[in-house]
Amino acid sequence: MQDLLREMAEVVRDPFAYGRQLKTDTGTKVVGYVCTYAPEEIILAAGAHPLRLFGTTGTIERADAHLQSYCCSLVRGVLEEGLKGGTDFLDGMVFPHTCDSIQRLSDLWRMNVTQGFHVDAVLPVKLDTQSARQYMIDVLHRFKTDLERELDCSITDENLSKAIGLMNEIRRLLRRIYELRSHQPGLMTGDALYTIVKATMIMDRVRCCEILREVVGKMEAAKSPHTNTKRLLMAGGICNQPQIHDLIEAAGGAVVWDDFCTGSRYFEALVSTDKNPITAIAERFLRRAVCPAKHAGLRNRAEDLIRMAKEREAKGVIFLYLKFCDPHAFDYPYLKDALDQEGVPSLLLEVEDPLPAEGQLQTRFEAFLEMI
Amino acid sequence: MPENTVDAEKTEKDKRKIKAIKKMKEIMTFYYIDAKTATENNKKVAWITSGGPVEPLIAMDIIPVYPENHGAMIGASKMGVDLCEKAEAMGYASDLCSYARSDISCATVNGGPIGGLPKPDMLICGNNICGTVLKWYEIQARYFNVPLFIFDTPFCHTGYYEEMRRYVRSQVDEYIEFLEKATGRKLDRDRMEEVGRLSVAGQRMWQAVLDTTVNKPAPMSAFDAFFHLALIVTLRGTQTAVDYYQELLDEMNERAKDGIGAVPNERYRLLWDNLPIWYRTKWLSEKFAAHDACLVADTYTSAWCGSLRYMDENDFLNSMAEGYTRIYLNIGVDEMARSVCDMVDKYDVDGLVIHSNRSCKPYSLGQYDIQRIVEEKKGIPSLLIEADMCDERMFSESQIETRIEAFIEMLKQRNRR
Ligand code: SF4
Ligand code: SF4
Repeated sequence: MQDLLREMAEVVRDPFAYGRQLKTDTGTKVVGYVCTYAPEEIILAAGAHPLRLFGTTGTIERADAHLQSYCCSLVRGVLEEGLKGGTDFLDGMVFPHTCDSIQRLSDLWRMNVTQGFHVDAVLPVKLDTQSARQYMIDVLHRFKTDLERELDCSITDENLSKAIGLMNEIRRLLRRIYELRSHQPGLMTGDALYTIVKATMIMDRVRCCEILREVVGKMEAAKSPHTNTKRLLMAGGICNQPQIHDLIEAAGGAVVWDDFCTGSRYFEALVSTDKNPITAIAERFLRRAVCPAKHAGLRNRAEDLIRMAKEREAKGVIFLYLKFCDPHAFDYPYLKDALDQEGVPSLLLEVEDPLPAEGQLQTRFEAFLEMI
Repeated sequence: MPENTVDAEKTEKDKRKIKAIKKMKEIMTFYYIDAKTATENNKKVAWITSGGPVEPLIAMDIIPVYPENHGAMIGASKMGVDLCEKAEAMGYASDLCSYARSDISCATVNGGPIGGLPKPDMLICGNNICGTVLKWYEIQARYFNVPLFIFDTPFCHTGYYEEMRRYVRSQVDEYIEFLEKATGRKLDRDRMEEVGRLSVAGQRMWQAVLDTTVNKPAPMSAFDAFFHLALIVTLRGTQTAVDYYQELLDEMNERAKDGIGAVPNERYRLLWDNLPIWYRTKWLSEKFAAHDACLVADTYTSAWCGSLRYMDENDFLNSMAEGYTRIYLNIGVDEMARSVCDMVDKYDVDGLVIHSNRSCKPYSLGQYDIQRIVEEKKGIPSLLIEADMCDERMFSESQIETRIEAFIEMLKQRNRR
């Protein structure tokens, strides 16, 4: 298992180096994306490789000339990499419409990062009406045509079905890994788990599927010593700070499930295989747990969170938000209230890349875990 | 000061005072009384976003109430910080839009300059201005426990496509169904057509008012426009708005003919970008005027007539889908920059003043690029002010004062060349 995880950790450590290598080795075209509402199946069916961007680990300099300091570090970081050429191996970028900041990132990328093609997928914001459903399908059809033009290929239903099968398998495996670990948190560190999810969004999906299968096999065979850790849930946008898990674990907790778009929101819900593939992909987007930038009802996010906490027997919730992230910040008071009413304590962490001093976080985690 | 100088100054000031203001205040007072007594009069109240499709409400005799207009009032009466802090105590991050923060906390304490807004019977959220309103209206829908209609207008990064047209158009029908259900009444189609015509007429009239500032000197400034904007936002689709703007237009044309400018010795003509800084409009207007600089136009108030070209007064319901989707904030940064360049030409502007507004990400992110494009294409200098429209804690007076001085100095230098 160590080897498998090492391969993934390597990918996560430098996704761009991985993307470059993949391109040189296989000649595959690489398409970047910024959010889980990017229809990966369609990119795969075009014979291209979808690679998610997670901001930058370096300092932000060039992006400062385009984005104010009150823009989240994810958007600033992605633009920084685009401007300084970190992403110059990409054949194109895909921007699904989500929050106001990503919306402007798409414009700024199109205007300033000239290499590679640029495609917007202007998805509906509300997801719970018939006309929104139809529009979602229409947008994905347009997206398919856009990709065919940009990648000079034709995307067949057969290839779409294949891609759907692959992505569904990946989702099933990720879910299985989450479940196994949720039963026995001692099987794997939180850091390792996040490495797996992130690597999945970066690496060759076929290879990734093989690794995930092996990981599941090893986990199913393993027995972890019973631990006394306090079970936690984490919720937010993206988790770009794996160190947080070490801190939580050092304080005696373990994150046993999450509501992240670098987590369960990526693998929840499968694409149906018994209908038109584009329609099926659209329907998954309508069905899966929503990102707060989308609307599928007034209380579903709180209901999902509470259900998740109960199902996973979590004793507390840690909200991990990026500073300046509007959609999540607006939902926080209502989610917290809903948890309070259920007697589930929660802790809010608003972070920016890079994280604040470790000692400070350590103390907060310890205090929180003592309370629950 | 000798008495006659004081008198002269007073007449000088009087001369510049816009007479229509009094009427405007009356109309707004009446409007808010009407709204606040709605329940007694068996009328329904809908809260609606500033860029939302209000005409069907008017046609159905539902009183539209604008939390954003309320937000502007809160800002102008310097009550923003207090209400924002209250929202922060409720758990809302201090980086969120200060209109939203003010409104969310105001609803729970009935505070603010008019003792809170009348309670809504329904909420209408048009997301053509931002994603913030979606979250904000979800919060209020939970708080007031009333139905929410989302008018979802896909973002037009590079164009408006057929599938967008279909989607938005079908929502126009869904919207009307929603209103019919909420009121238990049918929409009177003739009345709807009439309201549509009045809406377009009002927008044209508002554009005509704004266009009077092509005159030199400009008979009014952007600061005046910020004030007179209230009607095209709140009473769009009514005869009242059309009549009022006709009167204002006449007055402005008269002033233009007589050569009366908003700023006594107009020397520099400037263009404002983004929302006003509500709690400092007077301070800013005086600062600029003291340097003979007049803000002759702005990208904000023109947003309520900017998509006129897509609207058809004789086919309102069909054309409003496109009109409401292709508004200034719902288009790509490059298209925004083009429209700013056009304004620079139209109003013959010498410089650009950009308010980088922490509250409003869709308006502000991308401004640096717009600034660069306008500087390059139009060869005019620009000034960037970091602030917030309602949250005074984000306003650093001394810093901004220094920047304004430096900017004016630069304009002077250029003038000399
Ligand atoms: S972190 Fe929040 S603001 Fe930033 S891109 Fe994600 S949703 Fe948008
Ligand atoms: S100020 Fe900006 S973020 Fe706030 S409601 Fe208006 S458009 Fe939306």
